[in-house]
Amino acid sequence: MTDELVRRLLGPQRRPLSCEQCFAELDRYVEWKLSETDEPFETCAFCESDDCVQASECLSMGAHLESCPACDEEYASLRDLVLSERSA
Amino acid sequence: MQPAQAPGPGVRRELDQESRDWLSDLRAEGMVYDAAVERLYELLLRAAGFEANRRAAGIASLDRSEIDQIVSDSAGDALVSVLARLDDFRGLSKFTTWAYKFAILETAVKLRKRAWRDREIPRAPEGWELVQDLRHAPDHDAEQGELLTAVRDAIATVLTPRQREILVAVAVNGVPIDVLAERLGSTRGALYKTLHDARRKLRATLVDAGFDGGELGDTS
Repeated sequence: MTDELVRRLLGPQRRPLSCEQCFAELDRYVEWKLSETDEPFETCAFCESDDCVQASECLSMGAHLESCPACDEEYASLRDLVLSERSA
Repeated sequence: MQPAQAPGPGVRRELDQESRDWLSDLRAEGMVYDAAVERLYELLLRAAGFEANRRAAGIASLDRSEIDQIVSDSAGDALVSVLARLDDFRGLSKFTTWAYKFAILETAVKLRKRAWRDREIPRAPEGWELVQDLRHAPDHDAEQGELLTAVRDAIATVLTPRQREILVAVAVNGVPIDVLAERLGSTRGALYKTLHDARRKLRATLVDAGFDGGELGDTS
Protein backbone atom coordinates (compact mmCIF):
# COMPACT_ATOMS: atom_id res chain seq x y z
CA MET A 1 0.00 0.00 0.00
CA THR A 2 2.89 2.32 0.72
CA ASP A 3 4.37 1.84 -2.74
CA GLU A 4 0.97 2.38 -4.30
CA LEU A 5 0.41 5.59 -2.36
CA VAL A 6 3.84 6.94 -3.31
CA ARG A 7 3.15 6.02 -6.93
CA ARG A 8 -0.15 7.89 -6.86
CA LEU A 9 1.38 10.93 -5.18
CA LEU A 10 4.41 11.18 -7.44
CA GLY A 11 2.81 10.09 -10.69
CA PRO A 12 4.72 8.77 -13.67
CA GLN A 13 8.31 9.71 -14.28
CA ARG A 14 7.73 10.34 -17.95
CA ARG A 15 5.94 13.50 -19.04
CA PRO A 16 2.33 12.43 -19.70
CA LEU A 17 -0.07 13.66 -22.33
CA SER A 18 -2.77 16.03 -21.10
CA CYS A 19 -6.37 14.85 -20.75
CA GLU A 20 -7.26 16.60 -24.02
CA GLN A 21 -4.35 15.03 -25.89
CA CYS A 22 -5.23 11.64 -24.44
CA PHE A 23 -8.80 11.99 -25.67
CA ALA A 24 -7.62 13.04 -29.13
CA GLU A 25 -5.48 9.89 -29.38
CA LEU A 26 -7.74 7.45 -27.58
CA ASP A 27 -9.40 5.79 -30.59
CA ARG A 28 -6.11 5.36 -32.46
CA TYR A 29 -4.43 4.00 -29.33
CA VAL A 30 -7.22 1.52 -28.57
CA GLU A 31 -7.21 0.11 -32.08
CA TRP A 32 -3.43 -0.11 -32.08
CA LYS A 33 -3.42 -1.92 -28.73
CA LEU A 34 -5.98 -4.37 -30.06
CA SER A 35 -4.23 -4.97 -33.35
CA GLU A 36 -2.71 -8.41 -33.69
CA THR A 37 -0.83 -7.87 -36.87
CA ASP A 38 2.71 -6.65 -37.36
CA GLU A 39 1.55 -3.19 -38.32
CA PRO A 40 4.25 -0.58 -37.80
CA PHE A 41 3.90 1.44 -34.64
CA GLU A 42 2.28 4.80 -35.25
CA THR A 43 3.44 7.57 -32.96
CA CYS A 44 0.95 9.97 -31.47
CA ALA A 45 0.76 13.57 -32.55
CA PHE A 46 2.07 15.10 -29.38
CA CYS A 47 5.18 13.68 -27.75
CA GLU A 48 8.71 13.13 -28.91
CA SER A 49 8.60 9.84 -30.71
CA ASP A 50 12.06 8.26 -30.69
CA ASP A 51 11.64 6.52 -27.34
CA CYS A 52 8.15 5.42 -28.30
CA VAL A 53 9.32 3.89 -31.57
CA GLN A 54 12.11 2.04 -29.75
CA ALA A 55 9.71 0.79 -27.10
CA SER A 56 6.94 0.23 -29.67
CA GLU A 57 4.56 1.85 -27.22
CA CYS A 58 2.99 5.28 -26.84
CA LEU A 59 4.86 6.07 -23.64
CA SER A 60 3.33 9.44 -22.84
CA MET A 61 -0.15 8.01 -23.39
CA GLY A 62 0.74 5.17 -21.03
CA ALA A 63 2.03 7.69 -18.49
CA HIS A 64 -1.19 9.64 -18.70
CA LEU A 65 -3.43 6.60 -18.32
CA GLU A 66 -1.39 5.52 -15.31
CA SER A 67 -1.80 8.87 -13.61
CA CYS A 68 -5.37 9.77 -14.60
CA PRO A 69 -7.93 7.23 -13.37
CA ALA A 70 -10.78 8.93 -15.26
CA CYS A 71 -9.06 8.68 -18.64
CA ASP A 72 -7.89 5.17 -17.82
CA GLU A 73 -11.47 4.10 -17.14
CA GLU A 74 -12.59 5.57 -20.44
CA TYR A 75 -9.72 3.84 -22.25
CA ALA A 76 -10.74 0.49 -20.73
CA SER A 77 -14.37 1.06 -21.67
CA LEU A 78 -13.60 1.94 -25.28
CA ARG A 79 -11.23 -1.02 -25.59
CA ASP A 80 -13.82 -3.42 -24.19
CA LEU A 81 -16.60 -1.98 -26.34
CA VAL A 82 -14.52 -2.41 -29.51
CA LEU A 83 -13.55 -5.91 -28.40
CA SER A 84 -17.17 -6.85 -27.72
CA GLU A 85 -18.19 -5.66 -31.18
CA ARG A 86 -15.44 -7.69 -32.80
CA SER A 87 -16.52 -10.84 -31.03
CA ALA A 88 -20.24 -10.29 -31.65
CA MET B 1 -13.48 18.46 -22.72
CA GLN B 2 -12.21 20.48 -25.66
CA PRO B 3 -10.32 18.46 -28.27
CA ALA B 4 -6.61 19.16 -28.44
CA GLN B 5 -5.23 20.42 -31.71
CA ALA B 6 -3.31 17.59 -33.26
CA PRO B 7 -0.44 18.90 -35.35
CA GLY B 8 1.03 15.51 -36.02
CA PRO B 9 0.66 12.61 -38.35
CA GLY B 10 -1.61 12.92 -41.29
CA VAL B 11 -4.73 11.07 -42.14
CA ARG B 12 -4.43 7.31 -42.59
CA ARG B 13 -3.55 6.65 -46.18
CA GLU B 14 -6.60 4.58 -46.93
CA LEU B 15 -9.78 4.93 -44.94
CA ASP B 16 -11.90 1.80 -44.61
CA GLN B 17 -15.08 1.73 -46.69
CA GLU B 18 -17.44 1.86 -43.71
CA SER B 19 -15.76 4.99 -42.35
CA ARG B 20 -15.84 6.59 -45.78
CA ASP B 21 -19.56 5.88 -45.99
CA TRP B 22 -20.19 7.43 -42.60
CA LEU B 23 -18.32 10.59 -43.53
CA SER B 24 -20.00 10.81 -46.90
CA ASP B 25 -23.50 10.34 -45.48
CA LEU B 26 -22.95 12.76 -42.60
CA ARG B 27 -21.77 15.39 -45.07
CA ALA B 28 -24.71 14.82 -47.39
CA GLU B 29 -28.01 16.67 -47.28
CA GLY B 30 -31.66 15.75 -47.00
CA MET B 31 -32.80 12.20 -46.37
CA VAL B 32 -29.33 10.68 -46.62
CA TYR B 33 -28.09 13.02 -43.89
CA ASP B 34 -31.16 12.50 -41.71
CA ALA B 35 -30.87 8.73 -41.94
CA ALA B 36 -27.15 8.87 -41.14
CA VAL B 37 -27.77 11.02 -38.08
CA GLU B 38 -30.39 8.57 -36.90
CA ARG B 39 -28.00 5.64 -37.36
CA LEU B 40 -25.26 7.57 -35.58
CA TYR B 41 -27.56 8.27 -32.64
CA GLU B 42 -28.38 4.55 -32.38
CA LEU B 43 -24.68 3.75 -32.43
CA LEU B 44 -23.95 6.28 -29.68
CA LEU B 45 -26.91 5.05 -27.66
CA ARG B 46 -25.43 1.55 -27.78
CA ALA B 47 -22.03 2.83 -26.62
CA ALA B 48 -23.60 4.88 -23.83
CA GLY B 49 -25.61 1.86 -22.73
CA PHE B 50 -22.47 -0.28 -22.72
CA GLU B 51 -20.69 2.23 -20.49
CA ALA B 52 -23.68 2.64 -18.17
CA ASN B 53 -24.01 -1.11 -17.72
CA ARG B 54 -20.37 -1.30 -16.68
CA ARG B 55 -20.69 1.38 -14.05
CA ALA B 56 -24.24 1.59 -12.81
CA ALA B 57 -24.04 -1.40 -10.48
CA GLY B 58 -21.43 0.42 -8.43
CA ILE B 59 -23.63 3.43 -7.81
CA ALA B 60 -26.06 3.15 -4.92
CA SER B 61 -29.67 4.27 -5.35
CA LEU B 62 -29.47 4.55 -9.12
CA ASP B 63 -32.63 3.13 -10.61
CA ARG B 64 -33.34 1.94 -14.15
CA SER B 65 -35.20 5.04 -15.24
CA GLU B 66 -32.35 7.27 -14.13
CA ILE B 67 -29.83 5.07 -15.94
CA ASP B 68 -31.96 5.23 -19.11
CA GLN B 69 -32.11 9.00 -18.84
CA ILE B 70 -28.34 9.27 -18.45
CA VAL B 71 -27.82 6.97 -21.43
CA SER B 72 -30.21 8.99 -23.56
CA ASP B 73 -28.70 12.34 -22.52
CA SER B 74 -25.18 11.06 -23.07
CA ALA B 75 -25.99 9.77 -26.55
CA GLY B 76 -27.59 13.10 -27.42
CA ASP B 77 -24.63 15.12 -26.14
CA ALA B 78 -22.20 12.81 -27.92
CA LEU B 79 -24.17 13.20 -31.16
CA VAL B 80 -23.81 16.97 -30.96
CA SER B 81 -20.06 16.63 -30.30
CA VAL B 82 -19.48 14.17 -33.13
CA LEU B 83 -21.35 16.26 -35.67
CA ALA B 84 -19.56 19.43 -34.57
CA ARG B 85 -16.16 17.76 -34.79
CA LEU B 86 -16.53 15.73 -37.93
CA ASP B 87 -13.63 17.58 -39.54
CA ASP B 88 -11.39 16.56 -36.62
CA PHE B 89 -11.68 12.90 -37.58
CA ARG B 90 -8.23 12.06 -38.91
CA GLY B 91 -8.94 8.54 -40.06
CA LEU B 92 -6.45 7.02 -37.63
CA SER B 93 -9.12 4.61 -36.39
CA LYS B 94 -12.44 3.38 -37.69
CA PHE B 95 -15.07 6.10 -37.63
CA THR B 96 -17.20 4.10 -35.20
CA THR B 97 -14.33 3.78 -32.70
CA TRP B 98 -13.76 7.53 -32.94
CA ALA B 99 -17.48 8.23 -32.41
CA TYR B 100 -17.80 5.76 -29.53
CA LYS B 101 -15.27 7.63 -27.43
CA PHE B 102 -17.56 10.67 -27.28
CA ALA B 103 -20.43 8.57 -25.95
CA ILE B 104 -18.21 6.85 -23.43
CA LEU B 105 -16.82 10.16 -22.22
CA GLU B 106 -20.27 11.72 -21.83
CA THR B 107 -21.65 8.69 -20.00
CA ALA B 108 -18.65 8.21 -17.74
CA VAL B 109 -18.62 11.87 -16.71
CA LYS B 110 -22.35 11.89 -15.96
CA LEU B 111 -22.17 8.69 -13.95
CA ARG B 112 -19.15 9.81 -11.95
CA LYS B 113 -20.93 13.04 -11.12
CA ARG B 114 -24.05 11.10 -10.19
CA ALA B 115 -22.03 8.78 -7.94
CA TRP B 116 -20.59 11.76 -6.06
CA ARG B 117 -23.76 13.87 -6.13
CA ASP B 118 -24.54 13.49 -2.45
CA ARG B 119 -21.00 13.07 -1.22
CA GLU B 120 -18.73 15.62 0.36
CA ILE B 121 -15.33 15.94 -1.24
CA PRO B 122 -12.81 14.91 1.44
CA ARG B 123 -10.60 17.87 2.17
CA ALA B 124 -6.82 17.78 2.37
CA PRO B 125 -6.46 17.07 6.12
CA GLU B 126 -8.13 13.66 5.76
CA GLY B 127 -5.54 12.73 3.18
CA TRP B 128 -2.81 14.02 5.43
CA GLU B 129 -3.89 11.73 8.19
CA LEU B 130 -3.70 8.78 5.82
CA VAL B 131 -0.18 9.70 4.74
CA GLN B 132 0.87 10.10 8.35
CA ASP B 133 -0.76 6.83 9.42
CA LEU B 134 1.02 4.96 6.67
CA ARG B 135 4.38 5.96 8.10
CA HIS B 136 3.61 3.62 10.99
CA ALA B 137 2.12 0.83 8.94
CA PRO B 138 3.82 -2.56 9.38
CA ASP B 139 4.13 -3.30 5.67
CA HIS B 140 7.02 -1.01 4.87
CA ASP B 141 10.66 -0.85 5.85
CA ALA B 142 12.73 2.05 7.13
CA GLU B 143 13.64 3.18 3.62
CA GLN B 144 10.01 3.42 2.57
CA GLY B 145 9.21 5.23 5.80
CA GLU B 146 11.94 7.73 5.04
CA LEU B 147 10.55 8.27 1.54
CA LEU B 148 7.01 8.74 2.82
CA THR B 149 8.22 11.25 5.38
CA ALA B 150 10.08 13.15 2.68
CA VAL B 151 7.02 13.09 0.40
CA ARG B 152 4.79 14.31 3.22
CA ASP B 153 7.22 17.10 4.11
CA ALA B 154 7.53 18.11 0.46
CA ILE B 155 3.76 18.23 0.09
CA ALA B 156 3.64 20.50 3.14
CA THR B 157 6.44 22.82 2.15
CA VAL B 158 6.77 23.11 -1.63
CA LEU B 159 3.20 22.84 -2.91
CA THR B 160 0.75 25.70 -3.04
CA PRO B 161 -2.47 25.18 -1.06
CA ARG B 162 -4.32 24.61 -4.34
CA GLN B 163 -1.80 22.04 -5.55
CA ARG B 164 -1.96 20.30 -2.17
CA GLU B 165 -5.74 20.22 -2.15
CA ILE B 166 -5.96 18.77 -5.66
CA LEU B 167 -3.16 16.24 -5.19
CA VAL B 168 -4.57 14.90 -1.94
CA ALA B 169 -8.13 14.80 -3.25
CA VAL B 170 -7.26 12.92 -6.44
CA ALA B 171 -4.22 10.83 -5.49
CA VAL B 172 -5.05 9.99 -1.88
CA ASN B 173 -8.80 10.27 -1.51
CA GLY B 174 -9.68 9.00 -4.98
CA VAL B 175 -11.97 11.84 -5.98
CA PRO B 176 -12.61 11.65 -9.76
CA ILE B 177 -10.87 14.53 -11.47
CA ASP B 178 -13.97 15.70 -13.36
CA VAL B 179 -16.05 15.67 -10.18
CA LEU B 180 -13.42 17.74 -8.40
CA ALA B 181 -13.18 20.09 -11.38
CA GLU B 182 -16.91 20.73 -11.26
CA ARG B 183 -16.87 21.42 -7.51
CA LEU B 184 -13.93 23.78 -7.84
CA GLY B 185 -15.36 25.56 -10.89
CA SER B 186 -12.48 24.39 -13.07
CA THR B 187 -11.90 21.93 -15.89
CA ARG B 188 -10.52 18.42 -15.99
CA GLY B 189 -7.58 19.55 -18.12
CA ALA B 190 -6.71 22.44 -15.81
CA LEU B 191 -6.78 20.21 -12.74
CA TYR B 192 -4.65 17.58 -14.42
CA LYS B 193 -2.11 20.29 -15.27
CA THR B 194 -2.08 21.39 -11.62
CA LEU B 195 -1.66 17.78 -10.56
CA HIS B 196 1.21 17.31 -12.99
CA ASP B 197 2.96 20.49 -11.82
CA ALA B 198 2.58 19.40 -8.19
CA ARG B 199 4.07 15.99 -8.92
CA ARG B 200 6.99 17.51 -10.80
CA LYS B 201 7.72 19.77 -7.83
CA LEU B 202 7.60 16.81 -5.46
CA ARG B 203 9.94 14.75 -7.61
CA ALA B 204 12.42 17.62 -7.96
CA THR B 205 12.38 18.20 -4.20
CA LEU B 206 12.98 14.53 -3.48
CA VAL B 207 15.87 14.37 -5.95
CA ASP B 208 17.38 17.48 -4.35
CA ALA B 209 17.06 15.72 -1.00
CA GLY B 210 19.14 12.82 -2.30
CA PHE B 211 16.55 10.29 -3.43
CA ASP B 212 17.27 8.44 -6.66
CA GLY B 213 15.04 9.95 -9.34
CA GLY B 214 14.95 6.67 -11.21
CA GLU B 215 13.56 4.86 -8.21
CA LEU B 216 10.75 7.26 -7.43
CA GLY B 217 7.72 5.41 -8.63
CA ASP B 218 9.41 4.70 -11.91
CA THR B 219 6.67 3.74 -14.31
CA SER B 220 8.20 4.31 -17.70
